[in-house]
Amino acid sequence: METYMNNYVIVAIFIALGIFLPVAALTVGRILRPNNPMEEKYTTYESGNEPVGAGQIRFNIRYYLFALMFVIFDVETVFLYPWAVAYDKLGLFALVEMLIFVSLLVVGLAYAWKKKVLQWNSI
Amino acid sequence: MALLQNILWAAFLLVVVLGFVTYAIYFERKVIGWIQLRKGPNRVGPLGLFQTVADVLKLLIKEDTIPNKADRFLFILAPVITFVPAFVVLATIPYTADWQFADLNVGLLYYFALSSISTIGILLGGWASNNKYSLLGGMRSAAQMISYEVPLVMSVVGVILLSGSLSLNTIVEGQAGGFWNWNFLPQIVGFIIFIIAAVSELNRTPFDLPEAESELVAGYHVEYSGFRFAFFMLAEYVYVYAIAALTTILFLGGWHSPLPFLDFIPGIIWFILKFSSIVFFLFWIRATLPRIRVDHLMSLGWKVLLPLALVNIFVTTIIIEIFK
Repeated sequence: METYMNNYVIVAIFIALGIFLPVAALTVGRILRPNNPMEEKYTTYESGNEPVGAGQIRFNIRYYLFALMFVIFDVETVFLYPWAVAYDKLGLFALVEMLIFVSLLVVGLAYAWKKKVLQWNSI
Repeated sequence: MALLQNILWAAFLLVVVLGFVTYAIYFERKVIGWIQLRKGPNRVGPLGLFQTVADVLKLLIKEDTIPNKADRFLFILAPVITFVPAFVVLATIPYTADWQFADLNVGLLYYFALSSISTIGILLGGWASNNKYSLLGGMRSAAQMISYEVPLVMSVVGVILLSGSLSLNTIVEGQAGGFWNWNFLPQIVGFIIFIIAAVSELNRTPFDLPEAESELVAGYHVEYSGFRFAFFMLAEYVYVYAIAALTTILFLGGWHSPLPFLDFIPGIIWFILKFSSIVFFLFWIRATLPRIRVDHLMSLGWKVLLPLALVNIFVTTIIIEIFK
């Protein structure tokens, strides 16, 4: 139990160091770097032209349905991991169960494939 | 006292990683130079060895501009969110049997859970810049993540089945005694899927769609300058370090020697050799392969890699069941 706790103390140290480095580097940079503000420097970059319209526009990202399927399959991996770790103790029955579970999801994938969800309709 | 010691070791690793990143960038530019029959960097210092040091110093004294239209808070936060997980995943990497910072029993899960947080940083950076190129870059990064995260995570299930553990240390222990025991032979399909998905996770050529210099200028970090930009680059190269180490551990036997009579050479040497060849491989494909189109990338992930990864899991299980 003590080593278990100790390992997560090390993870906490890594997180603290990971945050410390950007903060320290940017603070040091603030002292070193020049600061010569001009209105032109703070315009949005658009290949040298005046920006046209807003930047954060709504557009068709085309992979909304992929994202829905991602959620389903990502949850599936959550089931696969503990199953794989404990497989030695579970044996053949667990294999059959997992086959049934995955084939249900694969039917879903095949249906999406057939319905041309996995294909961008126009470029 | 032990706490202080741990902090010093972690700081030491940070210095090692920064040194690795400095010379990985130098080496990458040299290798790509040689492949393209150029010389690569050769001006700053002997053989151009101080080129990256000079580049970092230049970035440090660059004026820092945040566009007026940008979402200031998220713009500042995004590089940090991208960088922190890249460094934190290194905590659980075992270099030799007794040199590992945190021997987590869920090591592999810890790695994948944290490494996907970086994508949120990229997406946030793309959105907060309020720039069309960045927005497209950030959205492409999300597209890439949803296509490759699942095959990546599933490709290692075979390795977990073979070793019965998520602890990286135990996974390496199970591959002792010669290269025929390393996981890349019984898990060759998983290994190939893992490499493809891992390069995609790294956002490197041929999957560098989020930055795509020739179409999106620099993609998600087009508005970033100075050290904020440096942290995006740093995160990318720290992930090169992490993924090279992880591939070595999962598939190439970690610190074990390829032939039993070579055991007298210390494990750390073998680890560094395998690690360096993976890093070289990543540079090699960057110089060789063209960028893939975004819809091709998504259909490769969903139509080829995902079904293959699922088949691989069950074929592995059935073989384990037969030979039990």
